[in-house]
Amino acid sequence: MTDFYQDQPLRIAGHAFTSRLLVGTGKYKDFDETADAIAASGAEVVTFAVRRTNLGQEAGPNLLDVVPPDRFTLLPNTAGCYTAKDAVRTCKLARELLDGHKLVKLEVLGDDTTLYPNVVETLKAAEELIKDGFDVMVYTSDDPIVAKELERLGCCAIMPLGSLIGSGHGIQNPHNIRLIIDQAQVPVLVDAGIGTASDAAMAMELGCDGVLMNSAIAHAHQPVLMASAMKKAVEAGREAFLAGRMPRRQTAEPSSPFAGRING
Amino acid sequence: MQIQLNGEARDLAPGLTLAQLIDSLGLSGRRIAVERNEEIVPKSEHETTSLTDGDRIEIVHAIGGG
Repeated sequence: MTDFYQDQPLRIAGHAFTSRLLVGTGKYKDFDETADAIAASGAEVVTFAVRRTNLGQEAGPNLLDVVPPDRFTLLPNTAGCYTAKDAVRTCKLARELLDGHKLVKLEVLGDDTTLYPNVVETLKAAEELIKDGFDVMVYTSDDPIVAKELERLGCCAIMPLGSLIGSGHGIQNPHNIRLIIDQAQVPVLVDAGIGTASDAAMAMELGCDGVLMNSAIAHAHQPVLMASAMKKAVEAGREAFLAGRMPRRQTAEPSSPFAGRING
Repeated sequence: MQIQLNGEARDLAPGLTLAQLIDSLGLSGRRIAVERNEEIVPKSEHETTSLTDGDRIEIVHAIGGG
């Protein structure tokens, strides 16, 4: 079959990606499973966290050997930060760690029960980071007004939650995600809440430019198989969005013609 | 002198450089980033940065996360 449709790449801050699935590296059993799942997902953008080095322990393998910066676009996150100040410090450490790398995933959390974004601190951090030359992909609530403000500040991608981080509850407010997509001039990615493949497909059918997930893959019974499922779901959802769904009808409409029936 | 290293107090010989500290921790050549008193110390300055009493040093690396 010939390639009947060639999608545009996902463009974020000067990068161009074929895959619209972005994945995290947390919660895997070991680095082998991490590497296999990422390979099965086809992801080109991979998130990671910045943490204190364990001192006094034998230095084991490093995550950056599993996801080498020359093969993946690395996306350091600010997970675990509850203030703009800590998030900015973390991004600067990540930039030093990756020799001047500018692309970051900003998340400033409100409390540790919900991990809901603290949008006041998020806005503050975004402004400071952008002023300092960072390309900021921002995790935020599904509030279209906040999303618009983050875009106005110069964030290069808006990443509303589908539901709480790690909850697997899918997209709880598709109408808000749609409002955010419709107004945005930068890519919109659902980040957080994806539980299974249909959630990822739904995000893409809504018109999201991409989906970012970690737990949905890492906490599946078979993470590598789920990574493969997610790859297909994101591709299927994207194609369905581009194809445009049929209109919904209140009543049935036969697919087979009435004319020529033997009982006619 | 005493410094705070990743949140813990540590006694060091006076005049130690950051590069010497990193080496003593077995972290030379590893992918790390260093902050001194909440300011980044670029790799190129590890050799020339002398630690002083009361410094707060953070040494970080990449780990799995989402």
